[in-house]
Amino acid sequence: MEKEKFVEVVFSGDLDKVLAAFILATTAASMGMEVKMFFTFWGLNVLRKKKLTSGKNFLQKMMNFMNKSGADRLPLSKFNMLGMGPAMMKVMMNQAKIPSVPEFIEMAKGLGVKLLVCTTTFGFMGFQKEDFIDGIDEYCGAATYLAEAKEAKVSYFI
Amino acid sequence: MRSDVKLDCFGLLCPMPIIKTAEKIKVMKIGEILEVVATDEGIKSDMPAWCKATGQEYLGGEEKEGEYRVFVKKIKD
Repeated sequence: MEKEKFVEVVFSGDLDKVLAAFILATTAASMGMEVKMFFTFWGLNVLRKKKLTSGKNFLQKMMNFMNKSGADRLPLSKFNMLGMGPAMMKVMMNQAKIPSVPEFIEMAKGLGVKLLVCTTTFGFMGFQKEDFIDGIDEYCGAATYLAEAKEAKVSYFI
Repeated sequence: MRSDVKLDCFGLLCPMPIIKTAEKIKVMKIGEILEVVATDEGIKSDMPAWCKATGQEYLGGEEKEGEYRVFVKKIKD
């Protein structure tokens, strides 16, 4: 029997929303579904290595300096309070034994979840493949996502 | 209820008990029964739902003082 598919667009780079995306992705994989997470826009910060900046021209470099990279440096969509919110959130998550985003990435990969990077955002933000963590499964565009979503039982935009 | 394998999910929240169950079931033999002990109430509906989705057999569960014990029989690979 062919596996049922679950696809997600991860547009947000907010810690809370990214957590929801990973919780659903890892659970779907555990339920025997084939899972693909398509990261775009701010969502790419999750898969970017921690770097001061990146980009090819001045504007891109400015943008990517402010747009902090790294799965353990994501802001909160609410109560960010200049980074105090996420710091407190991480303590609370630890107390509740909820995995961190970097741990969720590893877990997702272990469960066979595919991580896809949007080439449009990649292009206009001036990223290079070296800016991203190892283990990205595919660099692709909207058509790839839509072709997958058409066949998927469940598809989300987060 | 008799079980062959025990899984301790004490203090873990959704989705960890389900993810750990999936990992455990993978290495078990067909016919074996897994007992999961958890404190997250979600497991009461999540485990039958997981079993339904994956085709494993949900044997039921019990609840005692905030502790949930559910049983799953592996019936397919």
